[in-house]
Amino acid sequence: MSAAEKKWKALIVDDEELARKLLREMLSSHPEIEIAAECGNGMEAVKAAAEHKPDLLFLDVQMPKLTGFDVLELIEREGVAVIFVTAYDQYAMKAFDVHAVDYLLKPFSRERFEAALERAKSQGPKRALDASELSAAARPAGQFAERIVVKDGTKVTLIPVSKLDYAEALDDYVSLASEGKKHLKQQTISGLEMALDPALFVRIHRSYVVNLERVARIEPYGKDSKVAILTNGVKLPVSRAGFTRLKKLLDEKA
Amino acid sequence: MDRASIGKTAWLALVTAGLLFALILGTLLVTSWGMNWRAAVALAVPMSALAQGIAWAARFTCRSNPLGRKEGWRIALTHIVAGMVLDSLWVATGRALAQSIDSGLGMTNTYKQYVALQSHLYGVGFSYYLLAVAFHYMLFAQQESQAAQERALESTMRAREAELSALKAQINPHFLYNSLNSISALTSIDPARARDMCVALADFLRLTLGMGEKAVIPLCDELALLDKYCAIEKVRFGDRLTLQEDVTEETKECLLPPLLLQPLFENAVVHGIAQMPEGGWIRLQAARNGDRLSVTVENSWDPEAGGSRKNGVGLKNVQRRLEARYGNQAQLQANAEDNVFRVRLQFPAETETSK
Repeated sequence: MSAAEKKWKALIVDDEELARKLLREMLSSHPEIEIAAECGNGMEAVKAAAEHKPDLLFLDVQMPKLTGFDVLELIEREGVAVIFVTAYDQYAMKAFDVHAVDYLLKPFSRERFEAALERAKSQGPKRALDASELSAAARPAGQFAERIVVKDGTKVTLIPVSKLDYAEALDDYVSLASEGKKHLKQQTISGLEMALDPALFVRIHRSYVVNLERVARIEPYGKDSKVAILTNGVKLPVSRAGFTRLKKLLDEKA
Repeated sequence: MDRASIGKTAWLALVTAGLLFALILGTLLVTSWGMNWRAAVALAVPMSALAQGIAWAARFTCRSNPLGRKEGWRIALTHIVAGMVLDSLWVATGRALAQSIDSGLGMTNTYKQYVALQSHLYGVGFSYYLLAVAFHYMLFAQQESQAAQERALESTMRAREAELSALKAQINPHFLYNSLNSISALTSIDPARARDMCVALADFLRLTLGMGEKAVIPLCDELALLDKYCAIEKVRFGDRLTLQEDVTEETKECLLPPLLLQPLFENAVVHGIAQMPEGGWIRLQAARNGDRLSVTVENSWDPEAGGSRKNGVGLKNVQRRLEARYGNQAQLQANAEDNVFRVRLQFPAETETSK
């Protein structure tokens, strides 16, 4: 099947009804594109993406609770062409340019819309975007994530970083420990580490990032390794390099 | 004159005074008191230098006894005591000098002559100290008034700056672009509403730009602007935005800096309503309590959605503008509780007639 004949399934995600209507109107002259769903917020978008498995995603950046970046982190990105739609946001625009993501600036012309659509269709789905990298790039320098979005099955959970005890790397996932529960997220531990404020979180081991406030004490363990004991009693291994980083941070605080 | 040049003036005065002092003292010693001119020069030059030291020392006694901050008699007493001590030191040094001139230059009566006119010299030294005191007080007063001028200038500048950045903040690019996008959508869906929105946006811009030039406007003008703003935002948010107004009639004529409340509404929309999928409300209350006006802007707020905005740029700006106009007569309180974000402003109630 050639690209032109292919039927495309699209999702429109924007919290403003008029903005959704505008996209729907512009898509009406494209019979090859079928609008699978319109979503008024990020939660709906995550659900609809799982249900409809769209090929094309029109994604507003600023939405309540879950931003467009959050949505991108939570959905299956393989095979999805994403076109961000946003009103002026200098940081987001810079991130889009760096990561070669298509975007439409509100208000946009029909020509601009057609061009973005054409590019999305002809290029097909690009290499799956690293969503956390993109959202990190869209943050102003010196600003860090305030919360982490996780999807457990169909349920989306927001974990404020202050409630994150530690994170553990598990192959392609990280396990996030918060309030006695563990949440799995598809992300590398380095990606997570980058999103977190280095004054509050420290990589104590190849596989562990810990919330500094949760560290109760550090004890020697075996011959030359150490173990961090958290306020809730959990013990985490500390590598030699991790200990150096931890000590430096604690000294700075003291 | 800036501070550095005042310091330079003091130095210049000191050197000039030193030369003049030496000249006058030397002339007096020779002509009036019949001293040998060589002895007179040998005596007058070092004594003049010393007198300048005393004049400089007066700077410190003046600085530690600023006029108007202590009782007059205390200051006078301090200066009399200091003057007498320094004066006696000065005369005593002169006496020792006279003695060494006798032995050094092989003269015989310099010391005798010196002792004879010692009482005159006491007078000269003491008067010179008092002169220096007067000079330093004058200099300090000049510095003080200059610093006051600088402070006044700086505070006007700061007020002006706050004013400007407040104006710049009003026309938030996000607000503009989003509104234009709504218009773009409406042009085909509902052309009549698109036209209404264009007009509302134009009205809002016109009011915003027009108000910026005034120092104060009546509350009813600000309310008219807020109406336009909310009408525009309602097109964007539809049912998600509800408004409540509880403004007493007597407050409508009260004056306030223009565009003081609009940023609070914008905050309420951006950080409150826009963060809640189901939407929320904004409530404006204004009441007059005697000579105080109190205005409260509240909105529903989801603590989990966004961080607290207590330290936001918008709020700081409002605070600065209140301070610029009312000084410590104005208060701004911002707090968040039970999913409500509340900003309360209190400031003196002025009207066009009471002003």
